[in-house]
Amino acid sequence: MGSLELRNIRKSFGAQEVLKGIDLQVKDGEFVIFVGPSGCGKSTLLRSIAGLEDVTSGTVLINGDDVTVAPPAKRGIAMVFQTYALYPHLSVRDNMSLGLKQAGTPAAEIDVRVAKATDMLSLEPYLKRRPAELSGGQRQRVAIGRALVREPELFLFDEPLSNLDAALRVQTRVEIARLHRQLAATMIYVTHDQVEAMTLADRIVVLNGGVIEQIGSPMELYNRPANLFVAGFIGSPQMNFIEAARIGEAGATIGIRPEHLSVSPTEGRFRGKVIHAEHLGADTNLYLETENAGLLTVRLFGEHRYTADDIVYATPDPAKIHRFDANGKTVVA
Amino acid sequence: MSKARHSTLRTSLVHVALIAYTLVALFPVFLTIVNSFKSKQAIFGQPLRLPGPSTFSLIGYETVLKQGDFITYFENSTIVTVVSIFLVLLFGAMAAFALSEYRFRGNTLMGLYLAIGIMIPIRLGTVALLQGMVASGLVNTLTALVLVYTAQGLPLAVFILSEFMRTVSDDLKNAGRIDGLSEYAIFFRLVLPLVRPSMATVAVFTMIPIWNDLWFPLILAPSEATKTVTLGAQLFIGQFVTNWNAVLAALSLAIFPVLILYVIFSRQLIRGITSGAVK
Repeated sequence: MGSLELRNIRKSFGAQEVLKGIDLQVKDGEFVIFVGPSGCGKSTLLRSIAGLEDVTSGTVLINGDDVTVAPPAKRGIAMVFQTYALYPHLSVRDNMSLGLKQAGTPAAEIDVRVAKATDMLSLEPYLKRRPAELSGGQRQRVAIGRALVREPELFLFDEPLSNLDAALRVQTRVEIARLHRQLAATMIYVTHDQVEAMTLADRIVVLNGGVIEQIGSPMELYNRPANLFVAGFIGSPQMNFIEAARIGEAGATIGIRPEHLSVSPTEGRFRGKVIHAEHLGADTNLYLETENAGLLTVRLFGEHRYTADDIVYATPDPAKIHRFDANGKTVVA
Repeated sequence: MSKARHSTLRTSLVHVALIAYTLVALFPVFLTIVNSFKSKQAIFGQPLRLPGPSTFSLIGYETVLKQGDFITYFENSTIVTVVSIFLVLLFGAMAAFALSEYRFRGNTLMGLYLAIGIMIPIRLGTVALLQGMVASGLVNTLTALVLVYTAQGLPLAVFILSEFMRTVSDDLKNAGRIDGLSEYAIFFRLVLPLVRPSMATVAVFTMIPIWNDLWFPLILAPSEATKTVTLGAQLFIGQFVTNWNAVLAALSLAIFPVLILYVIFSRQLIRGITSGAVK
């Protein structure tokens, strides 16, 4: 149980319209991620779903019930915040059980649910501690635990990993993925980190300037971006964009992902000079100043011996070329 | 940095300044307490000398405890001060929460309006206050004093507390909303515990002027049953003769209740004052 439907959601702060008509359907058990650059409205959208922000117009349905004007606690949701937002003066156990106590859940039921969440997140040793006595990763696990005990229809995550260091981020990411499989719960997750989006999501919603640019599975977005924005936003390093006329191709802009260019020291389509090489072990990234295609990024797998000032030739994989028209829309070949 | 070389000199300078200030500030208190234990001749003869075997006298305290109803005066002062602090903190915190948490038309204007009270002394309105109290039949009641002191303390309380409440994270309040806490529960159970140090600061700043006030008790509640300690001490100050022993004894006694209240709040107070500075 736990479907979500948004119908033409609009939200304005004063004269500024932040969400410009969002329509979205999330099926039960789906893991949907909102990504976009900062200021694109993804957090506002999540807060509107949570009921922390009133929408200016439009309808929010959770499980088919219209909850547009319902208070957050009555929507059957739980939320995990970027700043953890644990109650600093309460123990871990009280942090997790406060919502249930407030709802008048019997003490025995609260104990069962807290025990279950504690077990899932290995929080047993910390139950009596205060949040100040925990590390960042532990705090975020408690925040997730607080969401779990509510047994919500819908989990909402607002950039939950942004305050963690790199190693913990990966670890917590895996934990969230495991929870999603275990609970088969519907989850909505906001992030600006495309790696999180690609690794966790069933479907990704790419937002830009308050509108949805594209909705699709990670591989759909990677392989068939709907427009220039999505093509540039998904994938790292970023896709190379070349003016089509410069290299004698049809359309307005040509997009080639760095990993879809091959490099040869002797012959190829774009002749260029290496201006910088990044050796990452598993990958090698080359930045080329080419004669007819401008600046190109090339991602090679494995170790390569290219260094700055080498002259090389780059050739795109013809099957993996993206074409965009003058409006930035993808041209389907 | 040449921190190590200069630190001794710098700390000692700081200490000299602080000690000097402490001496200046404590001197009147010291003088009051010392002289309250001396006979009348000794007070005028050697005002700075400590009480010795020949000059020691408890006559002041005896007079105070025998004459006038000082227990009642203390009770009055304590009731007025404690009730006023409670009301100032309650209403001040509530107003501060509303101003810092909710977006509504006229929010800034309302905040300014409340802050103006800090700049305009409430005593300018004494005549109007007295007329109001007469009209409502509150003259010579402690309620009159509590009402006036609450009004007097609110502007500063709202001003200080709303600044502190702005620092409480929005996510925390939102987490409470999702957990089903009402706005009142968020205020009492999440926000108030977090701004407790600043509440103590406000309590101390509110308490001292109320305890020491002579003006409003004299005007609004001068009856025997409603006299406060400061007003009671005036009993011994006459136009031609002043019973200095009794005045000094009464004032010395009046110091202790504030001191006790201060000790209760002080730990929190220091955290409240420094929390802004350290961050």
